[in-house]
Amino acid sequence: MNERGKAKETLQACLKNGEFMVGLLILASVFLVAIFSEQIAHYGYTEQLVGPKFQPPSAEFWFGTDELGRDVFSRVVAGTRITLWVAFIGATLELVLGVTVGLICGYFGNWVDRVFSFLTDLTWCIPGTILALAVVTLLGKGLTNSVIAISLVSWASYARPVRAKTMSLKNMAFVETGTAFGETAFSLMFRYILPNVVPSLIVMVSMSLPATILSTTTLSFLGLGSQAPSPDWGLALSKGIEYIIRAPWLSIFPGVALVYTVLGFNLLGEGLRDILDPHMKAQ
Amino acid sequence: MKETLLSLEHLSIDYKIKGGYLSAVHDVSMDLYPGEIFAVVGESGCGKSTVAHSIMRLLSGGNAKIEGKILFEGWDLRNYTEKEMEAVRGREIGMIFQNPLDSLNPVYTVGNQVSEAIMLDRVEKQEAMKRAIALFQDVKMPDAGERANSFPHELSGGMRQRVMIAMMLSRDPRLLIADEPTTALDVTIEAQILEIIKELKQTHNTAILMITHNFGLVAEAADKIAVMYAGEVVESGDVFEIFERPMHPYTKLLMQALPRKTKKEGRLQTIDGSVPRILDKKPGCRFANRCPYATETCRTQTPAVAQISETHRCRCFLAPDEIPSDRKGA
Repeated sequence: MNERGKAKETLQACLKNGEFMVGLLILASVFLVAIFSEQIAHYGYTEQLVGPKFQPPSAEFWFGTDELGRDVFSRVVAGTRITLWVAFIGATLELVLGVTVGLICGYFGNWVDRVFSFLTDLTWCIPGTILALAVVTLLGKGLTNSVIAISLVSWASYARPVRAKTMSLKNMAFVETGTAFGETAFSLMFRYILPNVVPSLIVMVSMSLPATILSTTTLSFLGLGSQAPSPDWGLALSKGIEYIIRAPWLSIFPGVALVYTVLGFNLLGEGLRDILDPHMKAQ
Repeated sequence: MKETLLSLEHLSIDYKIKGGYLSAVHDVSMDLYPGEIFAVVGESGCGKSTVAHSIMRLLSGGNAKIEGKILFEGWDLRNYTEKEMEAVRGREIGMIFQNPLDSLNPVYTVGNQVSEAIMLDRVEKQEAMKRAIALFQDVKMPDAGERANSFPHELSGGMRQRVMIAMMLSRDPRLLIADEPTTALDVTIEAQILEIIKELKQTHNTAILMITHNFGLVAEAADKIAVMYAGEVVESGDVFEIFERPMHPYTKLLMQALPRKTKKEGRLQTIDGSVPRILDKKPGCRFANRCPYATETCRTQTPAVAQISETHRCRCFLAPDEIPSDRKGA
């Protein structure tokens, strides 16, 4: 089968896959909201007293107003950007760390592998949130630091499968050809082995993005991530808890937005897995 | 006399295994000159690929113990650092492998792979692509320009081996190691690939070390030949001399096992038994247990290499006239 035919077939499989399409639509809407958040929001997310405090959802204030008289709808919309930024930066950091360590372990083997695999196992056996809390405490509060903390905790989930794949690819004849050809170890790892790992990475990324978003939100919820007046959904949730009886809309809407986005990533990931890896579907 | 390009001096390779060493290669010496095709022939497991891989330092794992010298233009490659070896591989010594089916990176087009190879020598991308296509034409690739945009899985085995050769040619190495280059291919393609290799020797003055189990291939292409058995070179020399006057019983038996047009008998000659795994270096000839002419001496003492003529060497106790040239006499 030639390349074009294969691409066409993959595209058809995508269109036929319900989960993938729904996930894609959800994420497309989230992305659009993030891009046009200034046009969509009615007020600036820090603007206070745009209306009465604790106003329930109405025609003017779709999601109601909060304790400082800010428009919750505008704040949820503005929070979209933060969430996507977290997903992007978190995934990048995790990937760079996890893939590099996985490649090095699998390629060099021996004591290098033993040392790094030990590190990987170590991060696995400490509960993620606790470790992230420790790291944030060390780095200081803030959104960027909490993303870094989450990445430092969850890179191991990439390192292991990449290591396993590298070990099997390393013994493939084309890697030997590359060696016989005078390619450096660096080039063998990143130009010969890595491109052959990418298909499985795509699925891994879309599956682990929701976890990264949720973990970062957790840190914000605990007060270690984004700080006021950021429109971060996690922060909004934790503030909303204080007024949960009086004004439930303060926590409901950011929560729904969070569930919606995470659901989108999850559906997309599952769909991708079915499309790219028919073996797992059969199980 | 010409300078040697590659010379192996008393090369021995032992693999560390559970409870001792496995002697994969023992006391192998050979000299290779520029513009010469040197064939190493032997059964599976006789150590011929191990020799080839050790030259490039491609033996996997750290459990191989190597002794002796691998001199390339007078420099011992064994003293080179890994960094220096990277400069030798591809640039000075190229290697093509047995199985062209998975010797190419599946994610890049073949043109891309060959031009990347050329770009290792700091050549512009477009120029490199042009040269890659020219190389594809050199190795007689049909529709060279179009094939360059194909992925490896879209090409046949013969075409992939052509790509491999083009890739190795791209950097114009002085020595090409061909590890069973045609084993996975059918006879028609085999003949074509062999033509390309012979042409290469003439036009580029490249020395070729050909590893094979195919005597026909040797007779067709090689200038010199070394016959290996159980890790040792039992006989080596000029290809005509070896074919005319084989000295070692193993070589003789191999010759008799070749299918010939003139022979009328129904079944091919075979040699009973198989290559032994040499675990402990006891004295004695390694071929003794399969040799129809073995004497008590052969089993208790190790034969030395005898110089028969300027190039012809043989590792056997028996004088040539003691071994009948036809097996039926034995």
